[in-house]
Amino acid sequence: MSLTSAHSVVAPSATSKRVAGTIIVAYALISIVPLLWIFATSFKTPPDSIAYPPKILFQPSLEGYCNLFSTRTRQTPEYINSLGPATGVCDETVRKRNMVIAGPSNFMPRFVNSLIIAFGSTFCAVFLGTLSAYGFSRFKVPLADDLLFFILSTRMMPPIAVAIPIYLMYRELGLSDTALGMILLYTAVNVSLAVWLLKGFIDEIPREYEEAAMIDGYTRLQAFWRTVLPQATTGIAATAIFCLIFAWNEYAFAALLTSGTAQTAPPFIPTIIGEGGQDWPAVAAGTTIFLVPILVFTILLRKQLLRGITFGAVRK
Amino acid sequence: MLNRTADSVARATPEPLARKVRGISDKGLAWLFISPTILLLLAINIFPLFWAIYLSFTNFRANRPNEVVKNLGLANYKRILADQDIWIAMQTTAHFVFWTILLQTLIGFTLAWLIDRKFRGHAFWTTIILVPMMLSPAVVGNFWRFLYEPQIGLFAYAVSFVTGIPATQISMLSNVSLAPWSIIIVDTWMWTPYVMLICLAGLRSIPEYIYEAAEVDRASNWRQFWSITLPMALPFIMLAVLFRGIENFKMFDMVNLLTGGGPGSTTEVASITLKRQAFESWRTGYSSAFAIILFVAVFGLANIYVKALNKVKQR
Repeated sequence: MSLTSAHSVVAPSATSKRVAGTIIVAYALISIVPLLWIFATSFKTPPDSIAYPPKILFQPSLEGYCNLFSTRTRQTPEYINSLGPATGVCDETVRKRNMVIAGPSNFMPRFVNSLIIAFGSTFCAVFLGTLSAYGFSRFKVPLADDLLFFILSTRMMPPIAVAIPIYLMYRELGLSDTALGMILLYTAVNVSLAVWLLKGFIDEIPREYEEAAMIDGYTRLQAFWRTVLPQATTGIAATAIFCLIFAWNEYAFAALLTSGTAQTAPPFIPTIIGEGGQDWPAVAAGTTIFLVPILVFTILLRKQLLRGITFGAVRK
Repeated sequence: MLNRTADSVARATPEPLARKVRGISDKGLAWLFISPTILLLLAINIFPLFWAIYLSFTNFRANRPNEVVKNLGLANYKRILADQDIWIAMQTTAHFVFWTILLQTLIGFTLAWLIDRKFRGHAFWTTIILVPMMLSPAVVGNFWRFLYEPQIGLFAYAVSFVTGIPATQISMLSNVSLAPWSIIIVDTWMWTPYVMLICLAGLRSIPEYIYEAAEVDRASNWRQFWSITLPMALPFIMLAVLFRGIENFKMFDMVNLLTGGGPGSTTEVASITLKRQAFESWRTGYSSAFAIILFVAVFGLANIYVKALNKVKQR
């Protein structure tokens, strides 16, 4: 091998590192372009967003964000002139298109729905998942492997196949289009991931800690609460973020089972339309706001990512 | 340290609660901890599954709940197996699954193999590459629709810039022969990082001393790759293929928003057919039968695959 391999005979040479680095950076840059493009589009005016050739340099505008959060009505220029001075950036932007703001759009309520349902279901899934994972990790449960496989198998079902009877069941129970119904459903989907991931994390905590605590007079429950839970914090946090991402991103159930009051952001964003077709800057603005939490979470999670996406099968 | 905490905890715990909880045996506690999860899954997953099995033998329609429900026996299943459209949907799904997995495995493994060189900044660039797979497939499908727009879209512009074909002629979503590839491209863009990450774990699991031994034996790089790297990373590659295969067999959200199954039914994968039958034609019994068939297929494939996987691991 080359002279640069000082430590090991098998270390890659400087040239091969440079070539590999160039290819990876090129791939990363190309694969990130669609996201940057959406981000840029959210700051374009509607005419700029559909210009040919596509505009890379443009005058930034907040029109997309204004349109995302408001509904507007077209008015005559005379009427608009008769109004007082514009009360804000959005008011001013909208008036340039001969429109006035009529009220808030549905985006905020849908976004809040997403937050409530994602956090609610994550809390329930992690709570149930932690208990079950501890049970499977520490006790001799009869048919444990079968139960664990059963728990995992519920996640393999095609969502549309599950949605048909759930749709009927929720109609009977009055749970259709309610946040509670969606929280229950997402909890059921996420709990399988939570059990599998958390079992891996709890398996890694030595039993000796609890045994020592129990010799010192703790009950099993106290030992769980005082010694296992604090040690499993990282694992619980990582699991919670994975559940949160799933519930946040989920579309199939949300699109089929919610239509109004409990609708989340993913089925709502594609329905944002302006005059004469899809209002791309507004859609891009909604997409940007929707994706930012995910980007933050991805960075926070990068060390645990592998574990999360393989249900704990690969731990590195 | 532990003793002191133990004492303070014992003192802090209210007497009646402590006495009550102390009474629970480990076995009781195990069931107390596990049963809520099992009950929830029974209520939200298994009960509906049995309901779907029941419905699959009937002519029930969810939009006409008051009509008399007739038992059809296996008629729904027979009709599905004879239905030309269902077979076309299965072919579309197979085409989609085959090409996405092939492309993602090839590109993903190559990327992992390059990243494993540990060049400077590889951790940062790896994180950048991982971003697409964390996004909502529905939102991704929707914004790729914008990128694919024939003239104004960035994709069409980039392709015409490279190939010289006028941008107006590159209509990925409305061209019958290009549409199936449009969903393959988006899925590959989104999920290659997933395969890459698992392959990377596989490559990093190979102990260095094996390469050192091969080096001593003067095995060529080519030989090392085929005799050490690939076989030892294979269980990981297969795990990635298993997960992607199951996920893409069920694919719904991205395709639904990108093409909606169109033009015509050229990108109508199984889940889209299922949605059209169940929630647009309201043939609830018929679509339940199709759902059961899909479910059994996913399960069967996964089982066969897991067995193969274990064999590879044992070697």
